[in-house]
Amino acid sequence: MSSNRYELNVQLAQMLKGGVIMDVTNAKQAKIAEEAGAVAVMALERVPADIRKDGGVARMSDPAMIMEIKKSVTIPVMAKARIGHFVEAQILEALKIDYIDESEVLTPADEECHIDKSKFSIPFVCGARNLGEALRRISEGAAMIRTKGEAGTGNIVEAVRHIRAINREIRVLAGLPVEEITSFAKANGLPYELALKVKELGRLPVVNFAAGGIATPADAALMMQFGCDGIFVGSGIFKSTNPEARARAIVKAAAYFNDPAKILEASTAIGDAMPGLEISEIPKVQLLAGRGW
Amino acid sequence: MNSRENLVKMIGVLDLQGGVIEHLNHLKSLGVNGRQVKKPQDIVGLSGLIIPGGESTCISKLINIFGLRKAITEEFNSGMKIWGTCAGAILLAKNIAGEAPHLALMDIEIKRNGFGSQLDSFGLHAIIKPISPRPIPLTFIRAPKITRVGTDVNILLRIDDYIAVAETPGALATVFHPELTANLSFHRYFLKKCGREIVQ
Repeated sequence: MSSNRYELNVQLAQMLKGGVIMDVTNAKQAKIAEEAGAVAVMALERVPADIRKDGGVARMSDPAMIMEIKKSVTIPVMAKARIGHFVEAQILEALKIDYIDESEVLTPADEECHIDKSKFSIPFVCGARNLGEALRRISEGAAMIRTKGEAGTGNIVEAVRHIRAINREIRVLAGLPVEEITSFAKANGLPYELALKVKELGRLPVVNFAAGGIATPADAALMMQFGCDGIFVGSGIFKSTNPEARARAIVKAAAYFNDPAKILEASTAIGDAMPGLEISEIPKVQLLAGRGW
Repeated sequence: MNSRENLVKMIGVLDLQGGVIEHLNHLKSLGVNGRQVKKPQDIVGLSGLIIPGGESTCISKLINIFGLRKAITEEFNSGMKIWGTCAGAILLAKNIAGEAPHLALMDIEIKRNGFGSQLDSFGLHAIIKPISPRPIPLTFIRAPKITRVGTDVNILLRIDDYIAVAETPGALATVFHPELTANLSFHRYFLKKCGREIVQ
């Protein structure tokens, strides 16, 4: 991938800032998302809550279904490939969608290596629980980062843990004298050049969205107030009782995340949120955020 | 005296979604503190308003939800200049292929996603005489194409089968993103249009 292509991919993510990206499983849902003001849709066969429920191996979605969604909207379309499954990524690139999510929500195909994203022209977004994970993904060629959270739970606690960790580590790094960066980078698994870049910028060098467990307008505004650049909502919309109203409300709350009166307005009369899961009650092997490294 | 004619010509950037900070940073590089526009009252008295890149459907929804349409239209009609980049240009267009117009402040016809998917995004350099005598880097990201302009609209840049920059006395539309390169020529030009001559 040329450096210019990578820059264009980072810049597309910049244009999504302040927006909400919604998981959709068919063309009808995609239209609802677009109508509500989503900045992009994530096309997949099952939302994370169903993947969690069904168990088994979760793979890239059927290309025919992704194409049908792509045809139904004019906003960017993203789709998921399994961690390390570079052929699924090649197929998605050949499909000419706009963004690939190398996602822990699907069953990993490789327990050692993520995809070498620098070989692709298409942009990638990857999940991260901390600064080291974020920068390792960027060094592999990711043009956008998102928190992992714990997808399909409707529980924001893990996403909060991840953005707090990333923010804390950036603050520490920004305050270090240059000679201490080598050992900090080593201890935290940060690629050194990217550590220097983060110190200089005081933030990640690419856009960082919130993902995993966002179910309400308040959740969205919370993650924006933590400094996230935008929001992914997976199961939170189409597992709620009134997807249209909830989708609109989350778009509104993301745009006016600093205005409690507007968030109140957005939170009122939108039906019930998806049922939530307590993280400690989920068997360890079923936790998704620990996939990838 | 209209507040627009006061000494300080205030420039706003519509801050609903998209590349807002990039425009504010470019203005700052030219010594101008831009105003982040989120509410109707933020628009009152502006000399110029920039509508940034982002997703036009999303920005348009938010303009309606938060009652900004009336304020933008009224201020535009009473002399506020307006500049739309990429999604912003789509919002300004009176005609959009296949969908209803949004603000409809400029007699141009535009096609969303004129080039295809993200894999078709690209950069190039062009000389645009009124903007700068030197080549300017232009960044097209899932860019629209202006396909036709009204008789009172000036074409500043035409490439192949489409128009990339169009202008009227009150409005400027660019289908690419001058806020994503280090070049400040377009921002300097828009400030001049708003009555703020930047000498640096």
